[in-house]
Formats: sequence, structure tokens, C-alpha cells
Amino acid sequence: MIWIDTIVQGILLGGLYALFAAGLSLVFGIMRLVNLAHGDLIVLGSYLILLLVSALGLHPFAAVLVAMPAMFLLGWSLQKLVLNRALGEDILPPLLVTFGLSIVIQNALQESFSADSQRVSAGALETASVSLGPVTAGVMPLLTFGSAILVILALNHLFYRTAIGRAFRATSDDAVTAGLMGIRPDRVFALATAIAMLVVTIAALYLGTRSNFDPSIGPARLIYAFEAVIIGGLGSLWGTLAGGVVIGVAQTLGAAINPEWQILAGHVAFLIVLLIRPRGLFPREA
Amino acid sequence: MTFLETQGLTAHYGDFQALFGVDIRLEPGETVAIIGANGAGKTSLMRSLTGVLQNAPGQILHKQEKIGHLPPDTVMKRGIAMVPEGRRLFPSLTVEENLIIGGQHKGGADLGDRIGSWLARLTGSSGPMDVAACRDGSGYWTLDTVYALFPVLHERRHTPGTALSGGQQQMVAIGRALMSNPEILLCDEISLGLAPVVIRDIYAALPLIKDSGASLIVVEQDISQALRVADRVYCMMEGRITLSGRPSEISREDIHTAYFGAAA
Ligand SMILES: Nc1ncnc2c1ncn2[C@@H]1O[C@H](COP(=O)(O)OP(=O)(O)OP(=O)(O)O)[C@@H](O)[C@H]1O
Ligand SMILES: [Mg+2]
Repeated sequence: MIWIDTIVQGILLGGLYALFAAGLSLVFGIMRLVNLAHGDLIVLGSYLILLLVSALGLHPFAAVLVAMPAMFLLGWSLQKLVLNRALGEDILPPLLVTFGLSIVIQNALQESFSADSQRVSAGALETASVSLGPVTAGVMPLLTFGSAILVILALNHLFYRTAIGRAFRATSDDAVTAGLMGIRPDRVFALATAIAMLVVTIAALYLGTRSNFDPSIGPARLIYAFEAVIIGGLGSLWGTLAGGVVIGVAQTLGAAINPEWQILAGHVAFLIVLLIRPRGLFPREA
Repeated sequence: MTFLETQGLTAHYGDFQALFGVDIRLEPGETVAIIGANGAGKTSLMRSLTGVLQNAPGQILHKQEKIGHLPPDTVMKRGIAMVPEGRRLFPSLTVEENLIIGGQHKGGADLGDRIGSWLARLTGSSGPMDVAACRDGSGYWTLDTVYALFPVLHERRHTPGTALSGGQQQMVAIGRALMSNPEILLCDEISLGLAPVVIRDIYAALPLIKDSGASLIVVEQDISQALRVADRVYCMMEGRITLSGRPSEISREDIHTAYFGAAA
């Protein structure tokens, strides 16, 4: 029974990793931009929520709604003013720029909030749980997983069922020809990053409420996100969820055997998947 | 008033100069053909006209306005659409999505387009034979009229655009450009790599496209095809215009010299 319980916890943890990864996957899919500051942006979002909770006394779930428009604008401006200038044939400039951005965010957070670890309190929700037959699941992990599914459903709908999504896909295929169709790639990219920041804000909510965070933990979240995207196969958001679940389950199983193995087990699972299926579990054809 | 005109147009790829002072013009309702050997600069000319290659503002005039410096999306919104060399369909989009995206960003024209298609449906006049009835051209092209022009696309509308045959892909590329209801349609080698019967089918669409109100510039390597469809012809060699005139006015020898150079 303990194993079933462990696996369920791992699956639910996978929802958190999928939330870390979905924004990264969206941006990479549309503009082939690997945003090395992605993890730090999530942490930045957590601090913003913390600020709203402590300064305005908002519940974290209300704070996230306030934080979303701000993060959307931040994403739009970041892409429009900085990242678009770095995009081009050469993949190195965006890597350097986002690496620099990662350091800037970490230092700015440390200056403003100190290096102490923080936590956003979700009140009674934190300890609430429900019994599902033999296993007991926390309400917060269930909400996280549910949010991940909703985010993926929403992104898939946006991507495959709307005019914006059509423009995203066309621009991702061929930005020059998209321009001939009246599309402005720079605006499409700005909108994509802005939308990715909405997902980042949701991820930030759960990062901030489910564990301690401090300004330096961004890069490790980036790694989990990367691993989830790559395990799932580039271009598939459901694959990304599956990737998150693989890492989550590996981590909880690892931790059940030996608490020190938690993080390591996730990385080992990633390497094993990569060895067996180099293109991930659900690669997009061709 | 000249509709579309280049004045001393130059084009560069980095240090490489592809066009050296090209002067062409297009009048409303005309079909102009650009011929020339591989590397003559035909595609570079099309890329300049559509803003993919940036130029000095005054090198391209559209309705007397300087547009040489405008980006592709702005040029397109002025009513200049292109069927690019090599078709360049979007692989992630179905046939229908490829068509829709051609018209989706026209901006203010959308409402007019819709009203036009409602009217066409109300009056029951959306058959293929009614192209000629819509000479004013504003808003004639919709999914329905494009499918009427190329019925095979309707059957394949949910398949990825790149899963079609070369000729069908070319039809999608043409339909995609038409969906913005352009006043000027640029076609870069629409017959390249296609079988003669398919070329015939595709060229059969050009008169209907003209009747919908578009003026055409067609780039063509097949000289006799170009002479057949064009009101006027320009021949290019090494980034320059080496000959221009009406098909009836220019001789085979003139073309040969303009195409291959005097030494040939
Ligand atoms: N992207 C590019 N970068 C550098 N040079 C280019 C590029 N595209 C074209 N050229 C050069 O510009 C010149 C004109 O090319 P262009 O494609 O305009 O010719 P074309 O007449 O369309 O030829 P084709 O009939 O083969 O399509 C050629 O010498 C070509 O090598
Ligand atoms: Mg060419």
C-alpha cells in the first residue's frame, strides 16, 4: 500500500513539474528560444505573490490573479525590448542574454528580499487532504495537478483551435512567410512569452505555497522543467505532463528508499528515458 | 498614376548585390511577366517588392507612396500578396488553416470580406463561374471561392498542407495569397517542378484571378508560358532588366540575347 501511496504522491508532484515546464515548452516551441531564466522568473513570481499576500493580506489564490496581468506585461516587455533583439540565426545570443537575466533576477531578489528562505501560506488548504480509497492525497497537490491539466488543456486549445494559435504555429514554422501573411513575428513572440508568463505565475503559486523558496532556487527548477520537456518529447504538452510525472514518481520512489536519493532519482530517470527514447516519449512527428 | 513601380531598385544580401537599378512598373489590371535565367535576380525582386528585403523608401512606389522600407506585414496589408518561390506552406497547418491564415491578418478588411461572402451566399452566387461577376475584387476571395477555384483542396482540407502533391501545394499557396483579396498578386515560379498538365490547370486559374480584380506579376522560367499570359514582359539578367515590352513586340532573338547575354 505504501508503494501505491508513494506513486500517487509522485504523480501529483509531476503536475508541479509540468507547470514549471509548460511555459518553457511554449516559448521554445514557438521561437526556438531556450530561456535560461525560466526558473528564476518562476521564483520572481513567487516573491510577487508573497508581496501581495503580505502587503495586501490577499489569499494566495487571489494574489495570483493580481500577479498574472503584471507578469503578462513583464513577459511582453521582456520579449519585445530584450529577447527579440537577441533572436536570430545564431542560437548563442539568446542563451547568453537569458543566462545574464537569470543572474540579474537572482541578485535583484537577494537585494530586495535577502537570501532567507520564504514561504507563502495557503492557510488551512496546506494541511487539508482527501482519502481516495487506500491513498490519502493532499488538497494542494491535487490542486497543483488539476491546474497542470487545465493549463495544458487551455494551451492546447489556444494552439490548435484559435487564430492566435494558428499564427503561433505559422510563425514557428516559417517566420518570413508568416510576415507575408501579415503577421508580425516580433509581436507573436511577445504574446507567446506573455502567455508563458501567465503559466509561470501559476507555477509560482504552487512553488511558493508548497515548499520554501529563496532567490537561488530558480536554476534547479529550470533543470526539472527541461527534463520534463525532453522526457515528454519536444512539442507535446501532454508529453511534458508525462515527463513531469516520470520525474515526480522517480523522486518520490527514490526518497522512499533513501531520503537522500530523491533528487538523484529524478535525474537518473531522465537519463534512462533519454537512453531508451532519445527523442522523448511522445515526439511530434517529423 | 502608376500602380506599382520600382525606381533604380537595388537589393543586397550582406555584401552581395543582387539587383542593380531595376525599373519596372505594373498598371491596374495588367499581368506582367518577369523572365530570366537562374540567379538573374527574379526572386530578389519579388522579395524587395514584398518587404522581405528592405530597400530605400523611394525605390518602390505603390499608388505614388514610397513603400521600399516597409516590412512584409505592412506591405501585405496594402494589398500586395505573394505566392513565394517553393510554395512555403506551413507544415503545422492543415490545408484549410493555411488558407485561413492568408486572410486572417488583413485587419480592417475582415468585416468587408465576411459581408461579401454572406452576400454571395444570400444571392446564391458563390459558384466557380461567378468569378467574373465580382470584378471590383474587394472581398471576393473566401474559403468557398478558393475551394470553388481548386475543388481538390476542399477534399483535402483537413490534411497537413505539406502532405499534398506538388501541384496541390501550389494551389494552396495561391489560395492562401488570394485569401487576403490582394490588389496585386506576385507569383514566383508557380510552375516550377510540376507536370505539364498540372501547370496547365494552375495557369487556367490566372484569368479567373485577374477577373476578381487582381493585377499580377508572374515570375516564370518557361518563356512561352510567360509570353502567353502576360500583357508585358521584363527579362532579367545578372540583377538588371535587359529587355521589356509587349509579347507581340519582342522577337525570339531579342529574348535570347536578353536572357543569356550577347555572347551566347
Ligand atoms: N539568401 C541569399 N543570400 C545570398 N545570396 C543570395 C540569396 N538569395 C539569392 N542570392 C543570390 O542573389 C542572386 C539572385 O538570386 P535570385 O534568387 O533572386 O535569382 P532568381 O532569378 O530567382 O533565380 P532562380 O530562377 O534560380 O529562382 C543569385 O546570385 C543568388 O546566388
Ligand atoms: Mg527565384
